[in-house]
Amino acid sequence: MAENKISMRYIEPHGHMVSRTTDDYQAMALAGCKAICEPAFWAGFDRKSADGFYDYFCQLTQHEPKRSAKYCIPHYAWLCINPKESEDMGLAKEVMAMIPEFLKAPTVLGIGEIGLNKNTRNELKIFEAHVDLAVQHNQLILVHTPHLEDKRKGTRLIIDALKANGKVQPNRVIIDHVEEHTMAAVLDQGYWAGITLYPESKASPQRAVDMIETISAQRVWLNSACDWGHSDPLSVPKAALEMRRRGHSSAAIDRLVFGNPVEFLSQCPKFIPPEA
Amino acid sequence: MEARARLLDLAAFLDRLERARGADDHRVRGLRAALPLLLEKDPPRVAKILNLWSDPTTEPIEKADTKAASGVWPKIK
Repeated sequence: MAENKISMRYIEPHGHMVSRTTDDYQAMALAGCKAICEPAFWAGFDRKSADGFYDYFCQLTQHEPKRSAKYCIPHYAWLCINPKESEDMGLAKEVMAMIPEFLKAPTVLGIGEIGLNKNTRNELKIFEAHVDLAVQHNQLILVHTPHLEDKRKGTRLIIDALKANGKVQPNRVIIDHVEEHTMAAVLDQGYWAGITLYPESKASPQRAVDMIETISAQRVWLNSACDWGHSDPLSVPKAALEMRRRGHSSAAIDRLVFGNPVEFLSQCPKFIPPEA
Repeated sequence: MEARARLLDLAAFLDRLERARGADDHRVRGLRAALPLLLEKDPPRVAKILNLWSDPTTEPIEKADTKAASGVWPKIK
């Protein structure tokens, strides 16, 4: 076990670290985390004005990289207004107008996590506007797919909207939170797929490795999406351990939890691949 | 052992439901409807269950009355 822990390296490509403690940063560093990417998301409550988002974007681009650096982990961010708050289209447009200014920050990798929550018309319009913004500024895109019973329908609407844009390059888009019933559709269209490891509401490490074995390990990353809810910031190394238990090679594990995210993220020149 | 423990937890949950009082719940209907899929001969059982619980409609809705998902499409039979 100790040898595995020392030799492991991985990227956490989706973690909401503003919601986590410094103990989590330390645990992730000890487990071999070499970079963390933090998409903008819902705080658990609706912000009342665009000013709240301005402060949040400052936190993501200025404060959190400093907190992460104390544990020797480079920190990157993705920016947007999340789908749970985009029902208010006036607020959403106000927030989106601020994003180009923050895209200049040295650690911002792209637009995300955009997507759908309850699959409403307004959510879809704001999703399409974010995609336009990403295309206009040549940004990578990180997509959140809806939860539970809304996921399959939302994933289809998202894929249709990305296609309809006409200028989106699928290999520059990661569609996150895929599960057994949506993963193949995402990969078949040329997008990257993210598998989120949650204790209850998404995939377990065991199910994630099943998907890797039965669907694909190519154009796939694993993430914890750790946040203020029931989640585990060490779930990616736990999935790696599950792979090791099943006899996957060290090279295959490294490719999945380190090489794959590095390959996708390196499409943004601001992402600096961590040294081996 | 892990699968055994989870199966017993599920059995205990169904027993608790029998003892509880309350109105019909779409999540319980979804759970009961999924149980026969566990015994199907061919995979993928997980995808079959997830599809069973999914919203089968294809058009965006006008407005949501909640931000949360419940785990099972509320109109499941």
